[in-house]
Amino acid sequence: MAAHLSYGRVNLNVLREAVRRELREFLDKCAGSKAIVWDEYLTGPFGLIAQYSLLKEHEVEKMFTLKGSRLPAADVKNIIFFVRPRLELMDIIAENVLSEDRRGPARDFHILFVPRRSLLCEQRLKDLGVLGSFIHREEYSLDLIPFDGDLLSMESEGAFKECYLESDQTSLYHAAKGLMTLQALYGTIPQIFGKGECARQVANMMIRMKREFTGSQNSIFPVFDNLLLLDRNVDLLTPLATQLTYEGLIDEIYGIQNSYVKLPPEKFAPKKQGDGAKDLPTEAKKLQLNSAEELYAEIRDKNFNAVGSVLSKKAKVISAAFEERHNAKTVGEIKQFVSQLPHMQAARGSLANHTSIAELIKDVTTSEDFFDKLTVEQEFMSGIDTDKVNSYIEDCIAQKHPLIKVLRLVCLQSVCNSGLRQKVLDYYKREILQTYGYEHILTLHNLEKAGLLKPQTGGRNNYPTIRKTLRLWMDDVNEQNPTDISYVYSGYAPLSVRLAQLLSRPGWRSIEEVLRILPGPHFEERQPLPTGLQKKRQPGENRVTLIFFLGGVTFAEIAALRFLSQLEDGGTEYVIATTKLMNGASWIESLMEKPF
Amino acid sequence: MNRTKGDEEEYWNSSKFKAFTFDDEDDELSQLKESKRAVNSLRDFVDDDDDDDLERVSWSGEPVGRRTRPGSFQSLSDALSDTPAKSYAPELGRPKGEYRDYSNDWSPSDTVRRLRKGKVCSLERFRSLQDKLQLLEEAVSMHDGNVITAVLIFLKKTLSKEILFRELEVRQVALRHLIHFLKEIGDQKLLLDLFRFLDRTEELALSHYREHLNIQDPDKRKEFLKTCIGLPFSAEDSAHIQDHYTLLERQIIIEANDRHLESAGQTEIFRKHPRKASILNMPLVTTLFYSCFYHYTEAEGTFSSPVNLKKTFKIPDKQYVLTALAARAKLRAWHDVDALFTTKNWLGYTKKRAPIGFHRVVEILHKNSAPVQILQEYVNLVEDVDTKLNLATKFKCHDVVIDTYRDLKDRQQLLAYRSKVDKGSAEEEKIDAILNSSQIRWKN
Repeated sequence: MAAHLSYGRVNLNVLREAVRRELREFLDKCAGSKAIVWDEYLTGPFGLIAQYSLLKEHEVEKMFTLKGSRLPAADVKNIIFFVRPRLELMDIIAENVLSEDRRGPARDFHILFVPRRSLLCEQRLKDLGVLGSFIHREEYSLDLIPFDGDLLSMESEGAFKECYLESDQTSLYHAAKGLMTLQALYGTIPQIFGKGECARQVANMMIRMKREFTGSQNSIFPVFDNLLLLDRNVDLLTPLATQLTYEGLIDEIYGIQNSYVKLPPEKFAPKKQGDGAKDLPTEAKKLQLNSAEELYAEIRDKNFNAVGSVLSKKAKVISAAFEERHNAKTVGEIKQFVSQLPHMQAARGSLANHTSIAELIKDVTTSEDFFDKLTVEQEFMSGIDTDKVNSYIEDCIAQKHPLIKVLRLVCLQSVCNSGLRQKVLDYYKREILQTYGYEHILTLHNLEKAGLLKPQTGGRNNYPTIRKTLRLWMDDVNEQNPTDISYVYSGYAPLSVRLAQLLSRPGWRSIEEVLRILPGPHFEERQPLPTGLQKKRQPGENRVTLIFFLGGVTFAEIAALRFLSQLEDGGTEYVIATTKLMNGASWIESLMEKPF
Repeated sequence: MNRTKGDEEEYWNSSKFKAFTFDDEDDELSQLKESKRAVNSLRDFVDDDDDDDLERVSWSGEPVGRRTRPGSFQSLSDALSDTPAKSYAPELGRPKGEYRDYSNDWSPSDTVRRLRKGKVCSLERFRSLQDKLQLLEEAVSMHDGNVITAVLIFLKKTLSKEILFRELEVRQVALRHLIHFLKEIGDQKLLLDLFRFLDRTEELALSHYREHLNIQDPDKRKEFLKTCIGLPFSAEDSAHIQDHYTLLERQIIIEANDRHLESAGQTEIFRKHPRKASILNMPLVTTLFYSCFYHYTEAEGTFSSPVNLKKTFKIPDKQYVLTALAARAKLRAWHDVDALFTTKNWLGYTKKRAPIGFHRVVEILHKNSAPVQILQEYVNLVEDVDTKLNLATKFKCHDVVIDTYRDLKDRQQLLAYRSKVDKGSAEEEKIDAILNSSQIRWKN
């Protein structure tokens, strides 16, 4: 069903099967026919672990989205609410339950909290007088959802804000829980490394949870050698820059949600002769993007400038394959050709789709504004003119470009200058407030609190030291045949991934000075294994590192880690976990202040 | 805070958040009764129309929005028609109240452990301050936000504000959870009290200011913003908050006036260009644009005049010129555009000057589809020759391009440009005339 999850070094289908089993068990507890009422946000993540067919096998007959007033008619025995533990959702559920028509057949109510039950929510239901109406109130620990053979995400939108703005540890607790689940399935991870305040917290929680579970020894042979916990605020820079890999650009321009992307339909219209323009589809084209698609797996992590040549080579191979039919003379040859046909047709469809997507992206990347923006970003990241008002940013404000774009650039400048000079900061603030509205004072404060936009303190700019020591800016970058991770941003090597790379070789001791400049503690913990479970690595065998980004990770960073995994003499393969797959825009948006 | 009592009451009553109490007295049974009572009383009020407006979910990873296509429910309707009537096995669900625990002698650490496993425990037994604090410390050491919050709710209910604040001040993790929790349930009053107690004055100010986002009525919002002036913001922010208030105050006056003018139908500008939206709550620059569009010629004394806005909000020249230019160009008022850049010296000579640079002027004029004659005039004023040529070529100001190449004595470029203009056009003739001129010493 989800074969691509087992392609990697660690078979993540094991995790998927475990969460599916748990889901089935819950559904079977509510005997009889059922309808599921969905918290809209959850349908995306759930789609990655279970198809509708699974629910149908367990007598789910109807599904609705959670909305106020009365539930729609459904001739079922059970109504199950699948919700995140959020107060506003409790209010809606209560409304549903209270407006239930008692003259109709009695239906049983249940709640499944994802990923955790919440006493606060249950209290709210109690206050609203409906808590007693629920037979089963349970939790479904869908902490880490497998997205691909080497990728797990909690898809928790608010995690960064909660961790770094509100200092709320709830999502860290969920992260620790998710890591405990992974260890239960894949064995205890013998070594834990970390950098950052939140990383420290998660490690503490894990150690504590492990102590509490001492009753049952984990007897599974460990699959992971290391765990690296990284705080997002150790590297605020990377997500602000525009990602330049194929997948990264798709996400920047169209936004990838739960591995799906919606694209403008025009480019995907079936090309038939005589079709008038009015037949063009109006509904967005929706595509799933993951390594199950061979071509996508090959090109997604490439720099966009290297994608075109791959696509044209593929086109030649495929048309050559189709030409083969003329050479098929004997019945046996024809039969063989026909047997390959489905695979060839799928490849052709996939090629057509990605050619269209690449065209759409090219329209953007070749525009004057994209070029100007990229130039400014690259100047900042290489340390040029970061301490004065930038005229491109000024122009963007004057022309009222989207506020998120402006904020992203201003934050990038601030991070690349260890904070802006007070005069420069005040100038930007004033321009932004006058052009976009004074209420954005609140957003600017949030950005400041998160460390993204701040005045320079002590008049010192540490960024050049960090840049040089970690070699964050590479002048000679090979986009076609990369030799270094900096290809993912056409020159800038993501700081976070550099830290991972240096940890694996030669070790963090070589960069103590920079680690002290970056926020939060760095640490190492060992989780002792019984002798029987200790691994004897074969010569040449790679280590497997689970790297957990607390506060979000971008597709370009994932691409850079995959690049490291594939290096012949790299020595380390990475499995990536995060609280949220994100990009600069969705990140800034999550920090913007909106009405309650 | 100078909010009047009436306002405050109105605010709290209209707020969707209800006060939150942790009443542990009622057991499951009385709850059930209560909800039944609620249901029964509701039944009389809920009318019977079957509005089926809950949306359905398609199983492709996202919900089907309101604009659903028929076909989207294929799988769902299949499921329904295919399912034969079944006889159900007896209910095997666990009994209600599964999570309730009746034991009364759990220690704080046991209690927290049980809470963490999702079991409801009575916290009411912990009466002494010491017990309560121990409960809190246990919860904090578990790192489970859910449990920490549950204990905080209990403390909030059973401790006086002063003691609660005092104890949390020395317990930072718990304190942060309380702040987050108060924000979530919208208990603004207690939150402000807390910030005041902690002397976190700027947070107090921002948190108070934030509330204006939830006030829709413009007059009430204005009054609320007034209460924000003088709160302990940073000096920079104080000025912005003051401006925010002043701006909304202005907008309310302008809006009332213009709505009246528009509906009276006597004013030409409103007849020709009906307003697309109200000006209320728009940013300053948008307001300035509006004022330059509808009230350009008004004397400085009126609130709606651009000059008045410029003075009141100390809008920099650059910003003002940009906005006025965009507004006047949109109205194709080329005279005004001209005047915007004309300066007279004391001898009465006029000179063209643009604080934003003429290249920007040209871009904006082009965006507002200004005719070539107008564009040409401003392209000519661009000082840098390369920029000038670029713009002239981009916007097809042939005369400027031709004259510039002539002045540069660049025969090759002129020849190349000849191939770009229409055959037999006046431009071609002009180029030919120049190329044939014997007066020019070409450099190439």
